[in-house]
Amino acid sequence: MTQVVLFLIVFIALILVTGKYLYHIAEGKHTFADPVFDKVDKFIYRLCGIKKEEMSWKQYAMAMLATNAVMVFVGYLILRIQVMPVFNPNEIGNMEPTLSFNTIISFMTNTNLQHYAGESGLSYFSQMAVITFMMFTSAATGFAVAMAFIRGLAGKTKTFGNFYVDFTRITTRVLLPISIVVGLLLVSQGVPQNLSPNVTVQTIEGRYQDIAMGPVASMEIIKHLGTNGGGFFGANSSAPFENPNVLTNMIEMMSMMLMPGSCVIAFGHMVRSRRKKTVVGGKEKTVWFGSEARPIFAVMAAIFIIGLGICWSAESKGNPILANIGLSQSMGSMEGKEDRFGVTQSALFTTVTTAFTTGSVDNMHDTLTPLGGAVPMMNMMLNVVFGGKGVGLMNMLVYAILAVFICGLMVGRTPEYLGKKIEGREMKLTALAIIIHPFIILFFAALALSTTGGLAGITNPGYHGLSQVVYEYASSAANNGSGFEGLADNSYFWNITTGLAMFFGRYLAMIIQLAIVGSLIMKQPVSESIGTLRTDTTTFAISLFMVVLIIAALTFFPAMVLGPVAEHLALFN
Amino acid sequence: MSRKTKQRFITDDILKNAVKDSFVKLNPSYMMKNPVMFVVEIGFFVTLILTFFPGLFGDQGTNLRLYDGIVSLILLVTLLFANFAEAVAEGRGKAQAQSLKHAKKDMQARIIKADGTDEIESAGKLKKGDIVLVKAGEIIPNDGEIIEGIASVDESAITGESAPVVKENGGDFSSVTGGTEVISDWLKIRITANSGESFLDKMIALVEGAARKKTPNEIALNTLLVSLTIIFLIVIVSLYPMAVYSGVQLQISTLIALIVCLIPTTIGGLLSAIGIAGMDRVTRFNVIAMSGKAVEACGDVDTMILDKTGTITYGNRMAAKFITVGNIPQQELIDSAVVSSLSDNTPEGKSIITLGYGLGGKKQTVSSDMEFIDFTAQTRMSGVNMPDGRKIRKGAYDVICRYVQENGGNIPTDLEEKVNDVAKLGGTPLVVSVDNRVYGVIYLKDTIKPGLVKRFARLRAVGIKTIMCTGDNPLTAATIAQEAGVDSFIAACKPEDKIKAIKEEQSKGKVVAMTGDGTNDAPALAQADVGIAMNSGTSAAKEAANMVDLDSDPTKILDVVEIGKQLLITRGSLTTFSIANDVAKYFAIIPAMFMVVIPQLKVINIMALATPYSAILSALLFNAIIIPCLIPLAMKGVKYEPQRAEKMLSHNMLIYGLGGIIAPFIGIKVIDMVIAPLLSMVGL
Repeated sequence: MTQVVLFLIVFIALILVTGKYLYHIAEGKHTFADPVFDKVDKFIYRLCGIKKEEMSWKQYAMAMLATNAVMVFVGYLILRIQVMPVFNPNEIGNMEPTLSFNTIISFMTNTNLQHYAGESGLSYFSQMAVITFMMFTSAATGFAVAMAFIRGLAGKTKTFGNFYVDFTRITTRVLLPISIVVGLLLVSQGVPQNLSPNVTVQTIEGRYQDIAMGPVASMEIIKHLGTNGGGFFGANSSAPFENPNVLTNMIEMMSMMLMPGSCVIAFGHMVRSRRKKTVVGGKEKTVWFGSEARPIFAVMAAIFIIGLGICWSAESKGNPILANIGLSQSMGSMEGKEDRFGVTQSALFTTVTTAFTTGSVDNMHDTLTPLGGAVPMMNMMLNVVFGGKGVGLMNMLVYAILAVFICGLMVGRTPEYLGKKIEGREMKLTALAIIIHPFIILFFAALALSTTGGLAGITNPGYHGLSQVVYEYASSAANNGSGFEGLADNSYFWNITTGLAMFFGRYLAMIIQLAIVGSLIMKQPVSESIGTLRTDTTTFAISLFMVVLIIAALTFFPAMVLGPVAEHLALFN
Repeated sequence: MSRKTKQRFITDDILKNAVKDSFVKLNPSYMMKNPVMFVVEIGFFVTLILTFFPGLFGDQGTNLRLYDGIVSLILLVTLLFANFAEAVAEGRGKAQAQSLKHAKKDMQARIIKADGTDEIESAGKLKKGDIVLVKAGEIIPNDGEIIEGIASVDESAITGESAPVVKENGGDFSSVTGGTEVISDWLKIRITANSGESFLDKMIALVEGAARKKTPNEIALNTLLVSLTIIFLIVIVSLYPMAVYSGVQLQISTLIALIVCLIPTTIGGLLSAIGIAGMDRVTRFNVIAMSGKAVEACGDVDTMILDKTGTITYGNRMAAKFITVGNIPQQELIDSAVVSSLSDNTPEGKSIITLGYGLGGKKQTVSSDMEFIDFTAQTRMSGVNMPDGRKIRKGAYDVICRYVQENGGNIPTDLEEKVNDVAKLGGTPLVVSVDNRVYGVIYLKDTIKPGLVKRFARLRAVGIKTIMCTGDNPLTAATIAQEAGVDSFIAACKPEDKIKAIKEEQSKGKVVAMTGDGTNDAPALAQADVGIAMNSGTSAAKEAANMVDLDSDPTKILDVVEIGKQLLITRGSLTTFSIANDVAKYFAIIPAMFMVVIPQLKVINIMALATPYSAILSALLFNAIIIPCLIPLAMKGVKYEPQRAEKMLSHNMLIYGLGGIIAPFIGIKVIDMVIAPLLSMVGL
């Protein structure tokens, strides 16, 4: 327990610093590293002909889509011809079309759902030029859009900034430097970073085993830092060469929490200065935590802690059936977990990787106890608990707009958020943004359960089978990428449906969210008085929590009851 | 129409019509306007068909027909309740429109033609620009401007106020409204509205609800309700294959019951009733709102621009103090002031006598040998020539000074200072002289209407800023402003200053409300987000405003703002309540759906409902019954107490949010206990 508490304290301390740094980057403010990075950025701008002009929300969205589309086509091509002898010592063959489609969408959308195993399915060239490359760019895309979204909400300007500039700045100033430093830290702990072919060794038992090699560390760090989650190896972060010990386990968790957490802090700073600066004793007070970010952070943290508590206690209790046949459950349910991590580190990793929608795993989610498995599922269904890079924050802000609408009416005024009135048009878009997510999950799950193609993937009939299906689509729609890996998902049906789920889950949501602020930004700000609903208070935080719970969580209540809850009750009956 | 008689919430007549209307409104083409209830209606038709053909969708089970029939019946009742709510809300307006139409019926007009002859025509044939003559005892056929004549007019058909009003050409009292009656003399009127566009016509359309358009907030809320409905449709439709996969064959009626329970039928059924009732509450204050949008905008008001005279103060000044100058005894001043006011019937004059007697002045009566001099705009003083030759005068400072000096008197040295003191206090100094000696000063105070200070405090509590406009000098204005408790003031205010002030506030993103009457207020009324014109005012002002106060009481703007807020709060609270109800409904229906096949799910049946059927029907019944239970709340609006937004939110959240979660748990359980034995008797 102490390690968890300490871990979370370090997390908060870290994001306060990086959050401010992110804020400075987003607002183009001065940072300590400017002398170096300004030159790098200028070179990139010149090279690519980026003119740094301000964009409207439509231009911004178009730039984002076009950039992503180009990368998708190039990436798809590489996967289809990866058999070529470039960085391919293990002589991996070309990838099948639907799997390539699924994989490329998966990585471009920051999902990293993997219907292949890295060591047998991808060449080193693909791992570097497609997978690792997209881990940087998809993270930068998400972050850039989130920053534009917040700029729109803050409403200090009438434009959203420039996508290419945001994209470049976040890559050069955040992702690359941290990746290099922490990547080397992982190497020091034993994560490989080479281009050698797999090594075949004779084990002490006298048998032969292939030891996988490759540029692992460079991918491992951005996989977490960019909340991507796709493993170099099929076993993801439970493989010792990806995640050798508890220290790397902690580093990896911290890496995935860092940026989503910082986004919330940066949000607080970005919307803050529209009000008067707090001046104490003639000196401007240093603000670490913008007041508007507090309820957002509080609700995210509350759901996270509740989830962690449920997952941890469910896993600690162990499996009664295994106990009955004489297997000690004193260490908790160890099925599918690594001995070197145990229940606590595994439960924490599971909660973190789904709350922060990374999708890497250091234990098999399929073998979690029913309730323990319900927690990651719920995190992805909500998709607002910090969430992936910037995206979770945007989703939560959409819920904040919804909460503001309901609460605003209750204080007898036209609802307003951050000084802008929420009216018919915004409500329409907000509602749409909220509908998409459950629609994708439930529609595809229903489709899979009523078609033979879908049913063929289910390996565990019964309640768990339902959980597998729902989990897979929740993971796709939330752009998480983890899986209940028991699902036999490398088939036409699953490759295509999850591909579509990831695609719409990512881009539809982003475009609608940009449209919301695009509409808000044009409005005249309204004045604030004590009659105005304040959105930085405890009451609002509780209201927001209830709105998320009732609207987002209850939507999945029937699915949860038929899946994990029924399974749990059957297990403990 | 009169608000003097306390009206009952609903009369038997309204009730009877409402019951009839709730069936008429079942027409699908009408229901379609309310998507939430339309889904219920579709559910009703499907279950109705299933009642006759239970096996149509392959449902299996015993007593299916009975079950489908009961579900169908409850859905019908739900629809009727929702329609009833709307019909009741409309009922009051309709009754009112009826009486207004009555006033309009069979009106005749005496049109004066170009050659000077007149001709009786039906009022319906009147055009803009026609000139009509209306004699005593006749009804004014349409809205118009008086071009000749002076008459007293009974406006009770419109305002409910039975005391007649004097109308004459020119000035602020030259506009007349169609449907009112001339009770003395005659008027020559130029008609200013075509038939069917008169104020009376607009009023009928408004109270009847025909002109009702959805307000911006209503549209936004409707969007939310529709999207919630869509979300729950997705949930239910996807639940079917999930259940099939889990080995449960769900009955169509059960799925429909779950949909209806989850979609926000409570607020969906009451939404239009809340809006109509809000408008009606405004009407009951004798304010005619030109649109629902205007009432709603009232809730958003940040700044109110108020005229001092008439709105904040009575406009007539009351004597508050006698101040002597030189070595004149107080008693002398009082007696002189009182006697000079004996024949003065203005409120000022009367107040001088009242105050004088109150301070122990000598009782005096008018005698025939006193010669009173009336106040005129030229002389600006009044007074009395006493039988003993004393000439008592009272008037403005400069006038009396000149008068005294002309008669060879001296101005006491302390007079100017005392006059200024009074002015500083916001009062009007009235100087009293006897012959050529100045006796002293009467301090005439502008009195603030009682209760206003408290009301402004109420406004401040919800963050509304008040700005007072007055033609007075800054010194006087500041004093009154402070006394009344307004937040700021504009002194020496010209009509264009008002527009400037409104624009300035609006540029800061504020919503501005104002009241006005004269023609020169029209541009400001149009500029303001909420403009309330007085019915006594000119037709230009009424045209520019989005509300007209029939009683011409400027302070009513405060009530209207509160009604606007209450309207929004009611909508928000009932929405919250409706959504919060879903928690309990999930816990009632989901276990009921699956308990038979997956027995361990009985753990989730936390209400311990008797059987699956009774659980589903209890939830559905609760869903229906809650609508009529909340009709009174929707009509009256939730209690509004001005306080900080923060407090108001936690208060309403606690009642409607938390209450909305808890209430259905209790309600469904109680219904279950009642209907479970009944259901088992009929074999369900």
